Amino acid sequence: MPQIFPKRANLLPTLTAVGGLGGGLFVIFFIWYYFSPSYTDVGYAPVQPVEYSHRLHAGQLGMKCQYCHNWVEEAAHANVPPTQTCMNCHSQIRTESVKLVPVRSSWATGQSIPWVKIHQLPDYARFAHNVHVANGVGCESCHGRIDQMDVVQLAQPLSMGWCLQCHREPEKHIRPQSEITTMGYVQPPDYIARNLERIRTEGIQPPTDCSACHY
Amino acid sequence: MSTETHHKTAVHALDDLPLLGRDLSFHEVTELVAHHTEKKTPTAWFGAFALANAGLLLLVAMIAYLFWNGTGVWGLNNPVGWGYAIVNFVFWVGIGHAGTLISAILFLFRQQWRTAINRSAEAMTIFAVMCALIFPGIHVGRVWAAYWMLPIPNQMEMWPQFKSPLLWDVFAVSTYFTVSAVFWYVGMIPDLATMRDRATTTLRRKVLGFLSMGWTGANRHWRNYEKAYLLLAALATPLVLSVHSVVSFDFAVSIIPGWHTTIFPPYFVAGAIFSGFAMVVTLLVIARKIYKLEDIITIGHLEKMNIIILLTGTMVGFAYITEFFIAWYSGVKYEQYAFLNRAFGPYAWAYWTMMFCNLVFPQFFWFKKLRRSIPFMFAVSITTNIGMWFERFVITVTSLHRDYLPSSWDYYTPTWVDVLTFVGSFGLFFTLFLLFLRFAPMVAIAEVKYVMPQADPHYYDDHGDGHAGDQAAKLARSSHHAS
Repeated sequence: MPQIFPKRANLLPTLTAVGGLGGGLFVIFFIWYYFSPSYTDVGYAPVQPVEYSHRLHAGQLGMKCQYCHNWVEEAAHANVPPTQTCMNCHSQIRTESVKLVPVRSSWATGQSIPWVKIHQLPDYARFAHNVHVANGVGCESCHGRIDQMDVVQLAQPLSMGWCLQCHREPEKHIRPQSEITTMGYVQPPDYIARNLERIRTEGIQPPTDCSACHY
Repeated sequence: MSTETHHKTAVHALDDLPLLGRDLSFHEVTELVAHHTEKKTPTAWFGAFALANAGLLLLVAMIAYLFWNGTGVWGLNNPVGWGYAIVNFVFWVGIGHAGTLISAILFLFRQQWRTAINRSAEAMTIFAVMCALIFPGIHVGRVWAAYWMLPIPNQMEMWPQFKSPLLWDVFAVSTYFTVSAVFWYVGMIPDLATMRDRATTTLRRKVLGFLSMGWTGANRHWRNYEKAYLLLAALATPLVLSVHSVVSFDFAVSIIPGWHTTIFPPYFVAGAIFSGFAMVVTLLVIARKIYKLEDIITIGHLEKMNIIILLTGTMVGFAYITEFFIAWYSGVKYEQYAFLNRAFGPYAWAYWTMMFCNLVFPQFFWFKKLRRSIPFMFAVSITTNIGMWFERFVITVTSLHRDYLPSSWDYYTPTWVDVLTFVGSFGLFFTLFLLFLRFAPMVAIAEVKYVMPQADPHYYDDHGDGHAGDQAAKLARSSHHAS
C-alpha cells in the first residue's frame, strides 16, 4: 500500500505534544500577565479638567497632603478638595491665570470641577483610608511619588494580589506615623525588627479573610 | 495423552466461554463492525440524530436562559441549596463508571468477555462524564468566575480551597475524564488502522490515517501498544474506585445528618458501577439489534452484565439498610430523624421509588431465565437508572430540606428549567453517542479477534503434533465461501 502521508509527518506527534503543552502554559502566562491590572491599569493618567500639578504643589511648594485631602485620617474616603480649597489661595495668587479658568468658573457657578477618578476600586471591594493611614501605610506606598507627577497616574496595580502582599507581611511595608506623608522615604537597615515591634505592641493584624474587604 | 483429548483441551480452553454467537472468521468480525461506518448513512440514524440534536438544543437554550437570569430560575431555596445540578452531576458521573471498570479492571483480571462491550462502554463513559462536567460549571451562579475552580495563577493571588472536597472533586473528575479519553483512543488505534486500510476515498484514508498514527500492525507496534494499554489499565484502575469516592466526599465530609457517614465511598462506588452497567445494557440491547451485532455482543455478555447489576444492586441495597442501622446504633437523634424523615417524611415517595428500583427489581436477576430475557433486562436497566437518579435526589434533597432549625424547613420543588436542563443533557449524551456509532468502530475489532478460538496458536493443530491439520484447510475454505 502506498504511503498516505510523507515521512516528515512523523514530526506531527512531537509537535502536537510540545505545542499542546507549551501552548497551554503560554495561555496561562498570557492571561496572568497581560490581563492583570499591573499591565492594563498601571500608568493610567487621564487628562484632568484643570492642569493641576502635584509636582508644583506637593513637591516644590511642599504643601501637606492633608491640606487638600483633609478627610484622609478620619474617613474611609480620601476626598478630592472642593473648589473652595483651591480658591483659599487662588483668590489672591495667580488670579488671572488661564489655567485656572475652570476653577474660577466653578467658583462662580457653584458647579463642581469634574475631576476624573484614577484610583478606582470595584464596588465589591471596601477600602478605608483612615485605618491604613493610622497603621503605618504611607501615602507613597499606594499612590507612588505624587510629588513628582505633573499629571497624576496610577502607580500601583491595586489588584487583590497586590493588596495581599502587604496584608500578609506588613512588617515589610509599614513606616512610622511621623513618616506617613513623606515622599521618597528610605527604610533604615533595622526596619523589619522595628516594624515587628510596632506590630506586636499595637496589635496590627491586617486581615486576609474574604470578608475583610468583601462584605 | 491421546490425540483426541489433546485437540479438545487446545480448542476448548477458549471454547469454554462462548464469546461469539456463532463460528465467525476474523474477516467476518471486521466486516460486521467496520461496515457500519462505511455504508451510506441510514435514514433512521438521521432521525435519531435529529431527535438527539433537539435535546442538545434544549440544553443549550436552558443554559443560556440560566446564564441570562441567574440561578434564581432553579428551584433552590434556603435549606436546599443543592438541587438538580448536583443530583444530575452525580448521576452522570456514576454512569461514567462502567466503561473504565470494563476496560481497565476486567482487563487486568483477564475477563475476556469484556472485549465485545468495552469500546462502546468507554464511549458511554466519556460522554457521560462530559454531561456531568456541565453541571458544576453552570451551577456556580457567576459563570465567568468558573475558572476559579482550577488552581491558575491570577492577579488576585487567590487559590482554590485545597481543604475542600469540592476541589478534590474537580481534580478527580477531570483526571478521570482525561485518562478515560486517552485509554479509549489508544485502544482504538489498531481498529482505526483497519478501517483506514479498507477506506475507498482519499479523504477517509487521510482522516483515518491521521488518527491511526501510522499503525502498520508491525510486531514492534503491537509490543508498544500492549505495554501502553496495560499501563493505562493500571493507571485507570484506581481511578475507577477513587472518582466516586471523592464525589461521595462532597457529601460525607460535611456535617449534615444523612451525609456525614463513613459508608459513603464504597456505597457510592457500588452505586456508580450499578448505574453504569445498567446504562451499558440499555444502550447495547438496542445497538446490537439495530447494527446486527448479536453474534459479537451475545446474550452471554448481557447476562454477565446483569450479574454485575445484581451484585452491585445488592451491595447498594445493603448500604441503604446499613445506614438505617448505624443511624439507630449511633444514638444521635438528628441522625435518626434524618433517616426516618427520609423513609416516612415528605419525600417518602422518592425514597420508596429508589428502594424498589435499586433493591427490589434487580433481585429478579437471580433467575437465569430473566437474566437472559432481553425485554426484562431492558426494563430493569431503565428502572435501575431511574432508581439511581432518585438515590442522588434522596441523599441530596432529603438531608437538606429539614436542617437543625425547624423554622427554615422547606420543601424543594424543581422548576421547569431544572427539569428541561436534565432532559437536555440526554440530548448531548445521545448526540455524542450517535456520532460514535456512525463514525467509530463500535466494537474493539482487534481485541475480539484475540479471544477467538483461531487466535489460539494450537487451533489448527488437529493432531497435536505441532503442525496445522486438515481443519485449517477446511476453515480457510469455509471462510472463503462465506465472504
